[in-house]
Amino acid sequence: MKIWMAGVVMTVGAAWAQDVERNYQLHCAFCHGRGDDGFAANLKSPRLPHAPSDAALFQIIQNGIPGTDMPPAIGLSEPEIRGLVQYVRALGRTAPERVAGNARHGEELFWGKGTCGGCHMAGGRGGRQGPDLSEVGAKRSPANLRQSLVEPEASIAGGFVLVNLTTKDGKKITGVRLNENTFSIQVRDLQDKIHSLRKSGLAEVKRELGKSTMPSYKSLSGPELDDLVAYLYSLRGGL
Amino acid sequence: MRWMMLALALPVAAQNWTTFSGNTLGHRHSPLKQLTRTNAAALKPVWVYQIDKTDKFEASPVVVDGVMYISEPPSDVTALETRSGRVLWKYRRVLPDDVRFCCGKVNRGVAVLGDKVYLGTLDAHLVALDAATGNVVWDVEVASRKSGYSVTAAPLVVKDKVIVGIAGGEFGIRGFLDAYDAKTGKRAWRFWTVPAAGEKGTETWKGESYQHGSAGTWVTGTYDPGLNLIYWGTGNPGPDWNGETRTGDNLYSDAVIAVDADTGKLKWYFQFTPHDIHDWDSTQVPVLADLPWKGTVRKLLLFANRNAFYYVLDRATGEYLLGKQYVRQTWAQKELDPKGRPLRLPNTEPTEQGTTVYPNSAGATNFYTPSYSPVTKLFYVNTRDEGGVFYSRRDDYKEGSWFLAGRFISKPGEEARGAVKALDPATGVPKWEFPMFSPSWSGVLSTAGGLVFVGAHEGDFFALDDTTGKLLWRFPTGGKIFANPVSYLSEGKQQVAIAAGHALFAFGLEGER
Repeated sequence: MKIWMAGVVMTVGAAWAQDVERNYQLHCAFCHGRGDDGFAANLKSPRLPHAPSDAALFQIIQNGIPGTDMPPAIGLSEPEIRGLVQYVRALGRTAPERVAGNARHGEELFWGKGTCGGCHMAGGRGGRQGPDLSEVGAKRSPANLRQSLVEPEASIAGGFVLVNLTTKDGKKITGVRLNENTFSIQVRDLQDKIHSLRKSGLAEVKRELGKSTMPSYKSLSGPELDDLVAYLYSLRGGL
Repeated sequence: MRWMMLALALPVAAQNWTTFSGNTLGHRHSPLKQLTRTNAAALKPVWVYQIDKTDKFEASPVVVDGVMYISEPPSDVTALETRSGRVLWKYRRVLPDDVRFCCGKVNRGVAVLGDKVYLGTLDAHLVALDAATGNVVWDVEVASRKSGYSVTAAPLVVKDKVIVGIAGGEFGIRGFLDAYDAKTGKRAWRFWTVPAAGEKGTETWKGESYQHGSAGTWVTGTYDPGLNLIYWGTGNPGPDWNGETRTGDNLYSDAVIAVDADTGKLKWYFQFTPHDIHDWDSTQVPVLADLPWKGTVRKLLLFANRNAFYYVLDRATGEYLLGKQYVRQTWAQKELDPKGRPLRLPNTEPTEQGTTVYPNSAGATNFYTPSYSPVTKLFYVNTRDEGGVFYSRRDDYKEGSWFLAGRFISKPGEEARGAVKALDPATGVPKWEFPMFSPSWSGVLSTAGGLVFVGAHEGDFFALDDTTGKLLWRFPTGGKIFANPVSYLSEGKQQVAIAAGHALFAFGLEGER
């Protein structure tokens, strides 16, 4: 009997999850894709600017966001919207997992031997070349963090494009693209200097999509990698 | 006084911008010559009008004798004086909460006839306003918003009628094109872009799938007074990305239809993308031009399609004359068949796992308008080069709900590009191209002074030499451009206007003192 009851609960739970997935596909995926590959706001983010709370997210799904392309979800019941709230939150926040390493030792590696802090900020200090990692633990799973340490180009953070520029007088500049349009490009070079250049003065603009200047940390020992992952995973920005 | 004399020396149509594309032929070309290749570099903003909404601002203004009429999102109208940009009146529509819209609360413009301004609304009404005050003269329902219908296109005035296209192709509507009596608002005719049971064309739809076949008419078409024919592009069949439930060609989706202006009867049609499964609405502006074709001047229809092919048709008969790929595509053979039908390549349909195809659903071009210059005899089109990954699924139709059966994303790991292209209308071969960093959502305007105006997605509005594509002037507006430029005389001085971000910019050589 107990087994039968559990079966019912599982069936109901699976059906509910299927309904939520279907509602997401029908009402959300057209613009948001799988969360981070659509042309609307990235939902795979621990903080949604318009929805600091679940109640705010509920209101947004129900009523849309005035002044944007986000429409109200007409025809969805309140329980269905609540399901979508949970679904969207789960897209942007990793569920807490137990990790093997020692976060305190990982922090020492981050700022010391690993020199990660030379390029990345965490908690308001560090370098500017790479993405700010203050909330990276809320965005990425331990497995994904570990993969990024060993294979930095496996998943590049959105918006980070490495560029190699050559001016018409032969000067070369390498850095991270800050902005670009048809007529100009703005770059932070590897020495942290910002350049704004007219394209009419450039001989070549080479965009290294999917490339990173971050070295692989595969030379760290297994326990060291565990510790670094544990530290990065602990960076949840209060979430 | 001098400006008055100059203005009187020109025909009224040249001073004004009287309809969506400037004329009913869809040219988006100004015969004005004050702005030239020589003085374009001196252009500057003469005024800026800020709207108080943050929705996309897609309006193409209409200008009549110093007064500019613009629509603002979601379904509002403002009248401005072109000399100063000062507001003369505003019409603000209160919309119900349950309007359906696929892609923002947008409106692309109004129409003007005599003392009335006509607006299509997001709750699928057509409203006539008093041009002097903005007061409502009449207000009629075009279709039920609860079924997913809305109006986002500028109406087109044809003689004593107002022609209105419908949107809602992502909600499984049954599309149509309507004509209303301009004085009373009484509907004069309706042409259904998806046939009804028993009518010719239903055999191109599996079972009863025609009932929710979409084929919206959401971008303003054109009119040939000599042939008394209205030409209008039609949208995607529904659902968008899975054709299993609607096997067949799905007439009259993704086509251009030619209908009699007095009766709405179909004269001919040409379907560009039979059985579309990539959401390539053929709602681009059909451009009408009389040009030599193999030694004889013919009445042609020029059409740069979202499916990446440029077409030339005989607009009296619908005869297919030319099809030419003008943007990268990977879904069909490079050459169309002798009747202009695309020859699909295998493994290009959307799947559950995703299929990569060029172009993506945004297409090789989109709702923004091309331009044809009778001076250079070139066809200017703003193009997009962007791949997509197309996914399909099964959706059941439910009134007023999304009816998509799939989705697309831009191809990962690749940056899309754009280009303004000046095509030889007789061959579809570019005479010049102006590359852009990203695909833009701006229409193109050509002027008799030798200029082509267009906007970039990052907000630059710029002028090119119409014969070489050389950059002559640019102004960073600071806002994304989703609109079409226009040109007109204000107190005898030529201005060019474009909506960018959440403001309308008017440019000229000399501002108000």
